[in-house]
Amino acid sequence: MSLTYEIIKEKIDSQFGDKILAWEESYGMLSATVQHDHNLKVLTFLHDEPSLGFQFLTDITGVHYPERKGEEIAVVYHVHNLKENVRLRLKVFVPIEKPDVFTATGLFSGANWMERETYDFFGVIFIGHPDLRRVLNVDEMDYFPLRKEYPLEDQTRIDKDDEMFGR
Amino acid sequence: MARPVRFNLIEKATSDRGINQVELPEGHMGEGFFATSLDKVVGLARKNSIWPLPFATSCCGIEFMATMGSHYDLSRFGSERVGFSPRQCDLLMVMGTIAKKMGPVLRQVYLQMAEPRWVIAVGACASSGGIFDTYSVLQGIDQVIPVDVYVPGCPPRPEAIIDGVMKIQDLIQDESLRRRNGEQYKALLEGYGIQ
Repeated sequence: MSLTYEIIKEKIDSQFGDKILAWEESYGMLSATVQHDHNLKVLTFLHDEPSLGFQFLTDITGVHYPERKGEEIAVVYHVHNLKENVRLRLKVFVPIEKPDVFTATGLFSGANWMERETYDFFGVIFIGHPDLRRVLNVDEMDYFPLRKEYPLEDQTRIDKDDEMFGR
Repeated sequence: MARPVRFNLIEKATSDRGINQVELPEGHMGEGFFATSLDKVVGLARKNSIWPLPFATSCCGIEFMATMGSHYDLSRFGSERVGFSPRQCDLLMVMGTIAKKMGPVLRQVYLQMAEPRWVIAVGACASSGGIFDTYSVLQGIDQVIPVDVYVPGCPPRPEAIIDGVMKIQDLIQDESLRRRNGEQYKALLEGYGIQ
């Protein structure tokens, strides 16, 4: 019997109930929004439950939604059941003033650098991460460049005229 | 109608064995002697034996490969010996986008070069950051090291790179032997926090 989205939904809902805030299917992929302090519990369940078996972490990334007050930063996990070839997306939303989520490094070793990258670009604090520092940007950088309040352009450049370059 | 193909529009002095010779510097010549200033002799020697150090990070580096190849042939200008040790090289050729994280590396390479040293920024990215006007890219290598010649283009053609090297040759030829000990040069380096 193949692992359908209905089975996944049912199993997770029966385990976590109201901790799952929403289900959606965007771009043909099942996506769950989880209460932000339950990210690790849901990931552990998905990993350890034999009938689900989401044992591969494809990606962790962040998204900044400035218009969603109180839950500006989204942390998105992509997990993959390699046996059944089923993918699942998990989202947690955290406020920008306190962007804390639990680390998944205990569960997936590959989460280490992905979480460092998400910290690097969005400033998400992964509680329990063994070595949370920048991984791609220069260490001296004092802001999180993919947050929307910071302009994309390099602010040290002085030779560009705003009117001519549309900045 | 076929266009006439011409080579060597500027006629060079050739020895009786058919070897091209560089032009003589200004000086006094007589029967069996030639006298000129040391500056000019040193400039002449340095100019025609530049050892380039390629610091190629992206597409401008590909153009440099063409420049070094037999078609464009940078060795015609005495620069065929590409060194990959900064200690031995005279000319740092920075070709390609330099990310901010690579800035200290580039600076370290520059510091390892012995005086006299020259720097050429090839392409829009090395000169000014180019199209990468973004938080992660160094907006021109002159933010970390002094640059002698900028070559525009994205990427510049091999001819442009050769033109830049020839500009460097002109600088080397006319450089005073005292320049590197002068106050102005020291102030320039201090502006970059070197020494």
